[in-house]
Order: sequence, then C-alpha cells, then structure tokens
Amino acid sequence: MKKTRIDRERLVLALAAPVLAIVAAFVVTSLVLLATGKEPFEAFTVMAQYGFQPSQQVAIINKATPYYLAAIAVALGFRMRLFNIGVDGQYRLGAFFGATVGGAFSLPGIIQIPVIVLTAMLVGAVWAAIAGVLKVTRGVSEVITTIMLNSIAGSVIGYFLQPGRLGVLHKEANQVTTRDLPASAHFFAVSDGANGDIGGFVFVAALVGVAYWFVLNRTRFGFDLRAVGRCEPAAQASGVSVRRMVVTSMLLSGALAGLIGMPTLLQESYQYSTDFPTGIGFTGIAIALLGRNNPVGIAVGALLWGFLDISGQQLEFENYDQEIVGVIQGVIVLCVVLAYEVVRRYGLRRQRQQVGEELARSAAPSSDKQEVAS
Amino acid sequence: VTTRTNSGVAAPPAGPVAGGGHGGRGSARITLPVALLLIAAGLIAISFVRVVSGAGDLTSSGQIGGAIAAGVPIALAGLGGLWSERSGVTNIGLEGMMIVGTFFGGWAGWQWGPWAGVVAGVAGGALFGLIHAVATVTFGVDQIISGVAVNILAAGATAYLAKRWFTSGEAAAKGGNPKQSPPIDDIQSWTVPGLSGWLQGIERHHWFLVSDAAGILGGIVTDLSVLTVLSVIFFVATFLVLWKTAFGLRLRSCGENPVAAESLGVNVYRYKYLAVVVSGALAGFGGAFMAVGVHIYSQGQTGGRGFIGLAAMIFGNWRPGGLAFGAGLFGYCDSLQLRGGGPTVHALLLLAALLIAALAAWRAYRKSYLAAGVGGVFAVLLALWYVTTDTMPPEVVQATPYIITLVVLAVSAQRLRMPKAGGIPYRKGQGT
Repeated sequence: MKKTRIDRERLVLALAAPVLAIVAAFVVTSLVLLATGKEPFEAFTVMAQYGFQPSQQVAIINKATPYYLAAIAVALGFRMRLFNIGVDGQYRLGAFFGATVGGAFSLPGIIQIPVIVLTAMLVGAVWAAIAGVLKVTRGVSEVITTIMLNSIAGSVIGYFLQPGRLGVLHKEANQVTTRDLPASAHFFAVSDGANGDIGGFVFVAALVGVAYWFVLNRTRFGFDLRAVGRCEPAAQASGVSVRRMVVTSMLLSGALAGLIGMPTLLQESYQYSTDFPTGIGFTGIAIALLGRNNPVGIAVGALLWGFLDISGQQLEFENYDQEIVGVIQGVIVLCVVLAYEVVRRYGLRRQRQQVGEELARSAAPSSDKQEVAS
Repeated sequence: VTTRTNSGVAAPPAGPVAGGGHGGRGSARITLPVALLLIAAGLIAISFVRVVSGAGDLTSSGQIGGAIAAGVPIALAGLGGLWSERSGVTNIGLEGMMIVGTFFGGWAGWQWGPWAGVVAGVAGGALFGLIHAVATVTFGVDQIISGVAVNILAAGATAYLAKRWFTSGEAAAKGGNPKQSPPIDDIQSWTVPGLSGWLQGIERHHWFLVSDAAGILGGIVTDLSVLTVLSVIFFVATFLVLWKTAFGLRLRSCGENPVAAESLGVNVYRYKYLAVVVSGALAGFGGAFMAVGVHIYSQGQTGGRGFIGLAAMIFGNWRPGGLAFGAGLFGYCDSLQLRGGGPTVHALLLLAALLIAALAAWRAYRKSYLAAGVGGVFAVLLALWYVTTDTMPPEVVQATPYIITLVVLAVSAQRLRMPKAGGIPYRKGQGT
C-alpha cells in the first residue's frame, strides 16, 4: 500500500514540471502581450479555436512528424550526455543527398523509397560520426564540432546545389533544385476527407519512437548507454567501452537525424531546394528537453510545438503578431528546464524526509527501551 | 590549490596553438621575443606567398580593415565566454545574448544615437546573462541546456519585439520593418591623419614585406572605430583583472575548484553570477558593435558568431591572447568571403602548403619520420591543388574558417586545458 502511494507521488511530480512550465509560459506571455499593448486572453482564444479545428489538427500532425523525429535523434544523444547540436546539419545534408540519389533513377516504390531513406540516414550518420570520432580520438567537445559541421553542411549543399553539379534549374519556379523524385517515391498518405491528408510518415515516426524505447530500456546497448549518461567512470569500470558507445550513439543519432527531412521530401516537396525547411534540428533540441527524452513526452512536446506553429498563423488575421509564438516557445523551454530541476530537488528532499521519518519511527521504540534500561 | 591551478595562474595569456602551428613542443610557453619572432616569420611567409601568387588582397588595408570589423564581434563573444567559463559556467547562450545585443543596439540606436544603442545592447546582453546565471547557478540546470534555452528565447523575443516596435509610426516611416530597424547614425571613427595616407602610398608599391606591413598597419589606422578601441581596452582589462588581481584569482578558482574556493571564504555563487552577467554584457556589446557598425539591426545578423566566439575561445585555450588570435583568424576569413576572395583563398593554399612543409621538416629534424611523411604528403597535395586550379568556389571560402577550426581543434585539443570544474553545476556547501 505504501508503494502505490509513492508511485502516485512520483507520477504527480513527473507531471508537475511540464504543467508548471506551461502555466508559467502563459503568465509570462500574457505579461509580454500586455506590456506591448495587446489583450492576451483573446489571443489564446483565437489560437485554441483555430488549432482545434479538424482540418488544422491534420496540419498539426503533419507539422509535428519531423519535429518528433528530430527530438528523438537529439534525445538519443542526451541520454548519454552527448550534445548533438549538429542534428540540423545532418538532416539537411541527408535530405539533400537522399533527394539527389532518388532523382537519379526510377524503380518501384518498394525499392525507391528505402534507397532514398537509407541514403539520407547514411549521410546523416557519417556527418555525425565525424564529431564522434574527433571526440574519442582527439578529445574535441562534440558541442563545438557539431556547430562547425552545421555551417560546413550548409556550404557543401550550397556548392553541389547548382546547375551543372547536382542541381537543375526549375523554369517555372525559377529556382535551383535537385531532380524531381519519380512518382514511385511518393510516400502514402491517409486521407481524412475534406480535412486533408495525414502523411504516412507519422507511422514511421511512431515506429521509431517504439524502437527508441525498446532499444534504450530493453537491450544491453540501451542499458550501457544510460549507464554512461548517468556516471561515466562507473560505466567504464564495469566494462563498458565509453569510446565505442560515443561513436555508436553519434552514428545512431545521425542516422535518425537523416529521417527528419524525409516527411517533407517524400510527402510534400519531392525535391530539395533552397526552400527546404531549416532549423528543425534546433526545434528538436527544445522538444527533447520538453519531453524529458521520453518517447511519449516527446510526442506531446512535438504536438504542442505543431499546435503553436499552426495556430499562431491565425493570429496574423486577428491583428496579433504571429511572432509571439516564438516567445511562448522560448519561455516554455526555459521554464521547463527550471521546473524539472525544482521538482527534482523537491522530490529528493521529500524522499530524504520520508526515509528520515521511517528511520526515526523504527529507531524510536529501541531508544525508549534504552532510556528505561538506563 | 594544485599545481594545475598554479600553472594556470602563472602562464602568460598566449595560447599554445600559435606555437603548435609552428612546430612548438607540448609545453609551449610563448615569451614576448618568441611571439615577435613568430609574427615576423608569419609576415615573411605571407608576403612571400603574396608575391608568388599575385593575390594582392592578402595584406591590403581594405582586407585588414574588413578583418577587424568582422573579428571584433567574434572576439567580444569569445571574451564573454572566457569570463563565464573561467568561473566554471559553460555559456552556449552567447549567441542569444549577442542577438539581444544587436536588437537593442538597433532599437535604442535609431532613436537616441549609436552610443545609446551600445548601452542598450550591453544592458540587454547582461539581462540575458542574468537569466542564464539564475538557471545555472541558483537552480543548477545543466549549463548547455540552459544555454540552448536562452538562445531560443532570445531569437523568439527579438523577432516579436522587432515586429511590434519597428513596423509602426516613426520607425516604419524611417525604413523599419519586421526584420530590420531604421538606420542608426554613424559612430565616431578615426583615421590617423598623415600616417594613413603615407602607409597607403607605400602599400601601392607592392614591395616585398614593406608594403605588406604597411597594408596591415594601414588597415588598423584607417577608419578605426571607437568601439574597436573600446574592445581592445576590454581585452587588456580582462587580462589584468582575471590574471593580476585577487578578485580574478578568486573568480578563476570558482572554475577550477569551487569546493576549495568556498572553503577559503569565496562566495562562489556571487562570483559566478557576476562572471555570467559580465559575459552577457560583453556578448551584447559584440552584438551592438555589429548593429552600429552596419548602421542597422537585421534579423539573423549574428549568423552564429556567438558560437564561433566560443570556438575561438577554446581554440585560444581559455586565454585572452589565444582567443584574440583565433578571432582574428575568423575575422580574416569572413573578410575574405565578403570581398569575394576566391583568388586570395586560393593563395592561402600555398601558404598552408608552406606551413605544413615547414612543420614536416621540423618533424623530420626531430626524427619523427612518420609524422614528417604524412605532413609532406599533405603539403604536396595542397601545392598540387594550388598549381592545378586558379580560384576557389565561394562555398569553399565560406566554409574555410569552420574547417580551419575543426582542423586546429583536432590537432591541438589535447594540449588545451579547460577550467577543471567547467560545466559542472555547483551547489553551495556541497563540499561539506
């Protein structure tokens, strides 16, 4: 009976942090809106009304799919305290070369699509591995190398995405893109009638989430990975090769990052151009923090981000500024990291108190006896 | 406390990187004469390359002036990182603090003049430094996570405020829009009278060595911004404060061993707070420098320079001298790119080949034949690349500073020594 009480307490504590953060974000955003001469509650009403329309919910799911994949890629590194800031460069490079390879030939989709996806994952993994190898062989912090690699990835794409190299000039859009993917490479979608199509990649994302959970929590590799994240010297002492773990998880994180561009490439754009979305890697960092590296938490975070992005668009039509969404998101991230720390400390203190009380209770009778005896 | 800390106190503020590039051994302690010799040798190598390749822009005063304009913000961000990291707080949030600096620089700058912009930029940066300090010091949040959060918040908040403040009334009439501030007035800049013209005269003759020195000096004394002078003062002041005063020793002891510092009566929290706020203020100053320098705030203006400043600081081994060298390198490459420096970067290939060949020769002299062989092959490959091509694609120019940083970090990271307690959250009284 005692155990269930503690479990419930743990659940409440786990939920307390994100709820606290979102409430704080509401308060801060309201203050910002008020300070800049805007009525806050109407803005939230507009966003809620727009975001909960069925057609917008389809848009939110589609928007959240790449966010989810990005956050999972980041979270994998976070679990062993490896900061892969370079997810952004990895997915852009992966999507670019995936699009290039996919545009070069035409085979049935059952072959075409896996080839594209695997190319993107491979490129992402190789790009991430540079940082991993530099970390274990030369001791360079992965934070700095991945930031540098992000910029270099941009230059690499800029170099190859030119007519005569790997790009072609699209006449109607007046834009340089990779060759169009053949129709066989178009990913399936689930139609939701008048509300639009839900991209099939959301199922891939869900599978990735399950695989992430399984690998981390039910395999030796996942155990080692979490052990390194918790306490590197202890993991090393128990026979885990930290160097190999660093390189492996960088490879995995990069391969997952390669998936991020796929929903856009295989469901919307069918080619890579300068218009391809950028910055999703950084969004992934925010969402991984929000979801506490937990696959379900990350799903909630990704949907929240998608909701804010989509419903924010409506604000423009109601005489508000869409950019307030950036403020909301920034405040949420900051509050979430603070709230988790506050809750964690509170939990620790409570645990200590409970243990102390129990010890006191079991110690009390014996000390009574001693007093009597003396 | 330990010998490590002592060596950190006594060493001069020059990074071992500069020595490493010229074949120095592990314990590179660069004294003033050695540094001067190295500079002279570097200058000779560069002017040799200029004469051979005909890439006159390598040492032109315009190129050097551009390098200063591009390098100072990076150096200031790095200096901010230095303060923060020396107190034991990793600061990825520099980029965000710099963004805030550009924004408030533009916001106050167009209304009340450039100096108001500088003050507002510094204040804005310091405010975001304070946020980072609250999160990392008081709440003990992971420092990289807090830094990322600060960056996201800074980008979101400035985008919103820019739309609110630059799109209506007088601001809109003067050319403001959601992504830009109205123009900012000029800030004072000096051209040393007489000297500048005389140096430019010498530069035009393209004499070996003499014209190169004149070009570099000319770039420094022509249109020298007051803010650049201020930045140099900040560098010197930082060195003096952190390495020559009891205050600085205490601040650095918080980054090396906070438990020991606290046991000696240092208020670790207070020092960390102060260092991180100063860090934000310096990054904000760097941002304001950029906005005032181009007379406008525009969204995305920093373009990751906060991160590069951090890289320059690591490159410089957490020392002001090495940091300035690293920032100069970045600024030089930035300037090359802005000036369409395809041929110039192409000439740098030859310089790189020469440097690596010299390094290989040194290795061979020290009987390390494998390293010498590898170096020799690289030198030959670079030379071949130089001979068989005429120019560099702009994308390669763009990526050059990042690649150089990667290579330098890969080569020298093991000689770098970060503050021992850097990045580790510290709780008051945890040592007792």
